[in-house]
Amino acid sequence: MELETFKSEIEAAVPGCRLEIIPNPSPSAQHSLLVDPEHGLAAAYYLRDTAQFNFCTNVTGIDWPPKEITEKIKIKQIVDGVEKDVDQVRKTSVPGYLEAVYHLYSIDRKVGPLPLRMRTADRDSRVHLPSLTPVWRSAEFQEREIYDLYGIFFDGHPDLRRLLMWDDFADHPMRRDYVDPDDYEYEPTAHDQVLARAREHAAKAGAL
Amino acid sequence: MDRAAKHFEEQRISKAVDENLKAELSKQGIFATTLQELYNWGRKSSLWPLNFGLACCAIEMIATTMARYDLARFGAEVFRPSPRQADLMIVAGTVTKKMAPQVVRLYNQMPEPKYVISMGACAISGGPFKQGYNVLKGIDRFIPVDIYIPGCPPRPEALIDAFIALQKKIDGQQLTGETRPRHLNAAAPSEYTVPEFGAHDIEPTHNPGVWKPPSLVQITPAPQAGTDGTRDIQIRN
Repeated sequence: MELETFKSEIEAAVPGCRLEIIPNPSPSAQHSLLVDPEHGLAAAYYLRDTAQFNFCTNVTGIDWPPKEITEKIKIKQIVDGVEKDVDQVRKTSVPGYLEAVYHLYSIDRKVGPLPLRMRTADRDSRVHLPSLTPVWRSAEFQEREIYDLYGIFFDGHPDLRRLLMWDDFADHPMRRDYVDPDDYEYEPTAHDQVLARAREHAAKAGAL
Repeated sequence: MDRAAKHFEEQRISKAVDENLKAELSKQGIFATTLQELYNWGRKSSLWPLNFGLACCAIEMIATTMARYDLARFGAEVFRPSPRQADLMIVAGTVTKKMAPQVVRLYNQMPEPKYVISMGACAISGGPFKQGYNVLKGIDRFIPVDIYIPGCPPRPEALIDAFIALQKKIDGQQLTGETRPRHLNAAAPSEYTVPEFGAHDIEPTHNPGVWKPPSLVQITPAPQAGTDGTRDIQIRN
């Protein structure tokens, strides 16, 4: 698609905006545009008003937990006075973050979807993103859902409340590290993970 | 004597009129009955369901009431929009944890005698959503259920079958004695604990007076060559 064009156009129109094209290696080749949260709103306004992406069909969240990348590198080292290539394992830890993805279509120009992404700084306290509800009204409920299930705070959202779970609910169930409540007391056809949880419960209850 | 045997014994004694004599008399135009039969007949023939549905099972429930299946033939034509006027709660669909307190509260607001049909896999056990974080694993954890209908969703015929089964159950009830129905027993509860929203789950997760998890027993098979003994876990109700 015209992602490269949009990237350069937005960078020209919104000064200081940092954009990145995230390639999608699958056959669908649905590459997406990553925008920094500070300029997300301005970039969204540009996409709606100038690039005519007037329809946001879907907003969804992704949880990227922190991960550790292990790679082998060769370094030169002097062993017994002789320079040799020595394999060394280098571990780098990538911090986790949360992501919101907006699927944009242009009804007038009959193009889309353009996935627009924004990432939070981390998964714990700096989980704020600008709300794009002022740009696309259809994002309102879906941003509430993401707030509910992933815990991203959308600044500028007109009515940011939980959508599916109750107000006093403390967790964010779609996060990878969510642990669901232990109500595995009766599993008639337990298997795999459920069997493991049921056994865990039974052991805790002292039934076995 | 267990409860079922006691029930049949009481039923035998309560047949004040001999069945054969009754049949003979009716041929002559004389009808003999008992107060219990009349009372049960009245209750079973005008069961008014509560007008509410929770998910896709409700669509089948609506279809059951429409002209093709016509639940009105069995005396359930009036779906009441108020729990105060309803006798039967058809829990038709997935009961989410967010909805569970409202369902129990509606049940509490229904006057006795009241009955519950748990319709479909979700209302029975949570169904395909059983391992989710937000679905109650069966409405029978909070309110007493009379009839369960499996299916996803059950067809209208299944709902009609459940309805007839409930009518049979009502017809066989004794008005006196230890096995009398709950609404004639002043000591029996009429209202049930409404769960509250907690930080991680609803509290309590089930009402121990209504539902207890089946106890697990370990079956040790007869020792065989090559096996180490303990294996199957079976469930005893």
